Amino acid sequence: MAQDASIAGQPTAAPGLGGVAADWSGDKQAFPVPWGKVMMWIFLLSDTFIFSCFLTSYMNVRMSTTATWPDPSKVFQLEIGGHPVPLLLIAIMTMVLITSSGTMALAVNYGYRRDRAKTTALMLATAALGASFVSMQAFEWHKLIVEEGVRPWGNPMGAPQFGSAFFMITGFHGLHVSAGVVYLSVVARRVWTGFYDRKGTYETVEVTGLYWHFVDLVWVFIFAFFYLW
Amino acid sequence: MNDVTASETVQAHAGHATADQGHGTATQGHGEGQQHPLRIYLWIWALLFVFSTFSYMVDYFQLHGLLRWSLIILFMLVKAGLIVAIFMHMRWERLALKFAILIPPLCLLILIGLMAIEGAHTFVTRWGAFVR
Repeated sequence: MAQDASIAGQPTAAPGLGGVAADWSGDKQAFPVPWGKVMMWIFLLSDTFIFSCFLTSYMNVRMSTTATWPDPSKVFQLEIGGHPVPLLLIAIMTMVLITSSGTMALAVNYGYRRDRAKTTALMLATAALGASFVSMQAFEWHKLIVEEGVRPWGNPMGAPQFGSAFFMITGFHGLHVSAGVVYLSVVARRVWTGFYDRKGTYETVEVTGLYWHFVDLVWVFIFAFFYLW
Repeated sequence: MNDVTASETVQAHAGHATADQGHGTATQGHGEGQQHPLRIYLWIWALLFVFSTFSYMVDYFQLHGLLRWSLIILFMLVKAGLIVAIFMHMRWERLALKFAILIPPLCLLILIGLMAIEGAHTFVTRWGAFVR
């Protein structure tokens, strides 16, 4: 391993800040990683800005409204045996998404070990957990729209901006999860059929993993700012 | 692939992960990509559950005020850091890629600051016009 001096045919790259200067100024590809990975990171960077714009506009409307903001702890509580438990469904959804992130991380690991069966199984498990997350979100939307009467332009509990912020932010995140489930299924099928063995690399599994972990990452921020704040 | 060799390579690599970043990004040849021991992932996975439970507890015990907000942000940042650094392998990438991806989002702090000022201003004008 110590001799694998060539990263895509280049001499061993320098570490630290000197390495940054060398990577950017050298007559070579700036990032010595597969192009798919760089593209995914840049896409995720742009997605970071989109979600940040949503969360920042949510902060802005919540700060500027003179009506009281509905208490998410109460809005999203569920009755268990007659006792209200705050944010129960949201907590379960959070755990489901973290579990799926874990299975995805293992899938990437087994992919690089060329273990097709385990990689496929773990990716399908990840997709199934993602699908169950979206189902729970559909249940939550149904409850809010039908039972609580929340609309994008108003709701009986307080500030009308609550609905628009909620539907935009969780809707966009749910869309990302749904797209991720499709993405994972496609890549899992290709793992199973040996596509990446013929291609000679399992880096696509890692790139898919980057997308999925990002979806989990966004949920961490939504959970903190929208549900807990 | 021989599993024993693979895990040995991986462990030797993990020990030098920070000093020897070139290895983490080697993508050609047989010892490809980001290979790290399963142990790391399982640990991080467990930690994510723990911190998620902590943040849920903040709401369950109805903490309020500064304590609530600082705990929410603390647990959020820890979880985000673990996901990006370990699950997304950012820790093992070269510094050039880290800079390219992690520095641009800092611009958002300016946006957040401006929108907070604007939001406070709108609140004051609305309060003056409609409520008082």
